Amino acid sequence: MREVDLIIIGAGPAGMSAAGRAAECGLSVVILDEQPAAGGQIYRDVDRASALRGDILGKDFTAGQKLTQRLDHKNITHLKGAVVWQIEDGPRVSYTQAGQGGAVYAKRLLLATGALERPMPIPGWTLPGVMTAGAAQILLKQSGIACEGAVLVGSGPLLYLIGSQMVRAGVPPLALVETQTRPNFIGSLRHLGGALRGWRYLLKGAAMLWHLRRARVPRYVAASSLAIEGKEAAQAVAFTSKGKSQRIACETVLLHHGVVPNTQTARSIDIPHQWDEEQACFAPQCDEWGRTAKSDVFIAGDGAGIGGAKAAALAGEIAALDIACDLGQLTNADRDAGARPLQARLTNERAARPFIDSAYPPYAAALAPQDATIVCRCEEVTAGEIRRMAGLGCTGPNQTKAFGRAGMGPCQGRYCGLTVTRLLAEANGVSPDETGHYRIRPPIKPVTLGEIAAMTPQETKADSK
Amino acid sequence: MKPASSFRELTPAPECALADVRFGTRALRLPLGENLAAALLVAGIMPFRRTPVSGAPRGPFCMMGACFDCLVEIDGVTRQACMLTVTEDMAIDMPAAGKGDGDA
Repeated sequence: MREVDLIIIGAGPAGMSAAGRAAECGLSVVILDEQPAAGGQIYRDVDRASALRGDILGKDFTAGQKLTQRLDHKNITHLKGAVVWQIEDGPRVSYTQAGQGGAVYAKRLLLATGALERPMPIPGWTLPGVMTAGAAQILLKQSGIACEGAVLVGSGPLLYLIGSQMVRAGVPPLALVETQTRPNFIGSLRHLGGALRGWRYLLKGAAMLWHLRRARVPRYVAASSLAIEGKEAAQAVAFTSKGKSQRIACETVLLHHGVVPNTQTARSIDIPHQWDEEQACFAPQCDEWGRTAKSDVFIAGDGAGIGGAKAAALAGEIAALDIACDLGQLTNADRDAGARPLQARLTNERAARPFIDSAYPPYAAALAPQDATIVCRCEEVTAGEIRRMAGLGCTGPNQTKAFGRAGMGPCQGRYCGLTVTRLLAEANGVSPDETGHYRIRPPIKPVTLGEIAAMTPQETKADSK
Repeated sequence: MKPASSFRELTPAPECALADVRFGTRALRLPLGENLAAALLVAGIMPFRRTPVSGAPRGPFCMMGACFDCLVEIDGVTRQACMLTVTEDMAIDMPAAGKGDGDA
């Protein structure tokens, strides 16, 4: 079995920059990623896509090539298309690649598993034709596929980005339906000081919005009572804006109201998490270097708290420095000297975040959906059923599994966990921290018995180091 | 005539080889090596599956391997279409209700 200094899970900005820095410090690195090419979701397939459609995707996307280049180092082994399904003490990581099971040991483990779209349970969100805005971006990046006549729904700068990319691609969205309100904007102004330090983001946001306006994409703001209509597939999106009921016929609805840390991997090894009220999600507890309560496990990037791609790349490097120091490749002084400029840039990168978070808060009615709305997509459990479970004495998400299968489908709670916690917390009058989250158990991704059987005897031996 | 799908390739690569693929009873020619979920969307396939609970139709939602709504059955194994690439002679079916119960 392979044994290295550092295993990194995820080849997005945090994972790639961490791998690069760790390799430069002399560590042997294995980086595993589910996709066939490096980049993560934000820089999905960036090397190929930049050449084919860099003009549509923009400079902030093609800049990701600088990170993929860092993986080209003799100390780095990039396992492409490797799906991790179990992590054990060691740390030892089991995965499947090209239908074959494998395992790798290391002295340290860095989780760089990034973000997920914040679940947006509104009536009709399970209908075919309803996707996340991130999904539309992935189609555009990786496959050069655009969707005609789509309606963008929700809140946040990502809607402007995908909208302006669609305009550049010659397939403008049918409409932009935003849920944030003027009071949200006015409230966000108290963070303007920080936002001005992150002025590049504000400028970029304004430019994208102007681009959409010039393309005459109809824009509705302060939308409420959102619902997607249809029986076999999405046929229309209905909402209220400025006191008027609106209905836009469309086959594709792209939802987005922020992203949240993808905590599935960290939770599977019992890393402690806590509720982040500002970002309305759970985040793992890490120190300034990304070290968790398990001293050989680190987390960097959006998986540790949403900061965006550039912040993720910086956090990856910072974690790599501490890991190199841990393993005797750097002195404390060298580590600190290396980290100082990175930490200063990280502070700047994060400066605009409180402004963005408060100007574009999640759509409130999707955080606590109406009773008839499905919250667990896999098992089709509604918000009303979760509330009823609370009434029957259900205090935590794990009990909802026994009460009615919420979170027990194939996605393992990835798209209902936050909603279920929120609903139970509200119904029981306790905090999300007290309510807790689903217990996540391996395998965290599907694996066949055949793939396990194909592992070598050493790989399946339950020896611990 | 209304196109089969509102998803379309911006710049179809002319040199791209096509693979013979079957989805249910439909014979398709899909770009070899393309992301399977993306290729099926362009081909106008919808839904990808029906839920084991109520038989509700579903299709790709997240395109990043997290939501499991794009599940299809290939060679008897239920798999995420968005995590696969198109290969020659792929035989794809909707996951059979009552057989695998949609478990991936």
